[in-house]
Amino acid sequence: MSEHPHAFLALFLGVALAFPLLLLAVAWLWVKFFQPRRPGPVKNATYECGLPATGDSWIQFKAHYYLYAILFLIFDVEVLFLLPFAVAMTGLPSGALIAMLVFILLLAEGLVWAWARGHLEWK
Amino acid sequence: MSDAEREDLRRHGILLTSLEELYNWGRSNSIWPLQFGLACCAIEMIAAATARFDIARFGAEIFRPSPRQADLMIVSGTVTKKMAPLVVRLWNQMPEPKYCIAMGACAISGGPFKQGYNVLKGIDRFIPVDIYIPGCPPRPEALLHGLTQLQEKIKAERLAGPDTARHLRPENPGEFPIPDYGAHDLQPPNNPALFSPPSLPRKP
Repeated sequence: MSEHPHAFLALFLGVALAFPLLLLAVAWLWVKFFQPRRPGPVKNATYECGLPATGDSWIQFKAHYYLYAILFLIFDVEVLFLLPFAVAMTGLPSGALIAMLVFILLLAEGLVWAWARGHLEWK
Repeated sequence: MSDAEREDLRRHGILLTSLEELYNWGRSNSIWPLQFGLACCAIEMIAAATARFDIARFGAEIFRPSPRQADLMIVSGTVTKKMAPLVVRLWNQMPEPKYCIAMGACAISGGPFKQGYNVLKGIDRFIPVDIYIPGCPPRPEALLHGLTQLQEKIKAERLAGPDTARHLRPENPGEFPIPDYGAHDLQPPNNPALFSPPSLPRKP
């Protein structure tokens, strides 16, 4: 019976999996028996400069910051879209003017909505 | 088998070892000191890392900036009473097994500032010291000698039995009490579990 030409790949995969798993198992067993775990409030403290840690390392970012950034981005892009309209205004048909007005009105509606909901007030 | 027989075999190219010996050999040759200098001795410690003295020959050149990654604290220099709680806190944050070298007269006993009100008279009042390196300041060679002595100490540690290594004995604490700044001195002025000042009886 001849072996499959790709049989060595299965063997290679087996060895490649077994070798690190074996080493990890040995390391785990060694840590369990010969490496004492002695956690404590100082050892688990956030910082390690020698001074007592005050608070944790979590930094609070306000979602409002991102909301402001998105609003700014929207109206920034609006200007970008309207600039070609403004440049080619005299050569455009009335349909283009209506499309531009719809675009501005939609964005204005969004602005009014955000304003009315109080999203523009910094809390 | 006695050590002499084993050494004889070793000379003939037959290496006999135990898991414990192998483990200690690996640990002793890869000591990672904390990057931590207090005063003049720190300059000598830095010099020990330069090409001329080359602490890397002993596998201890990786000075770690974090106590969580270090297993050796070289207390190099004068420990003021203001600095002592910080030293103890950093020591507490080091993982086990950990070792301490008191480098220089100040770290051992306060040195030339011993009579000063603000200098701790030896870091061994608060943390256990494995190796004392005398001198003011000790030269880099002295630090290297201290390091090799520590390596010998690590190699002699036992993983089991009555003389088990310090860090494997469950009764030994993982953290030492950090002193507070008192009105006149550190409170407590020493760790009574570690340090008991010698009593000098007054002669009649």
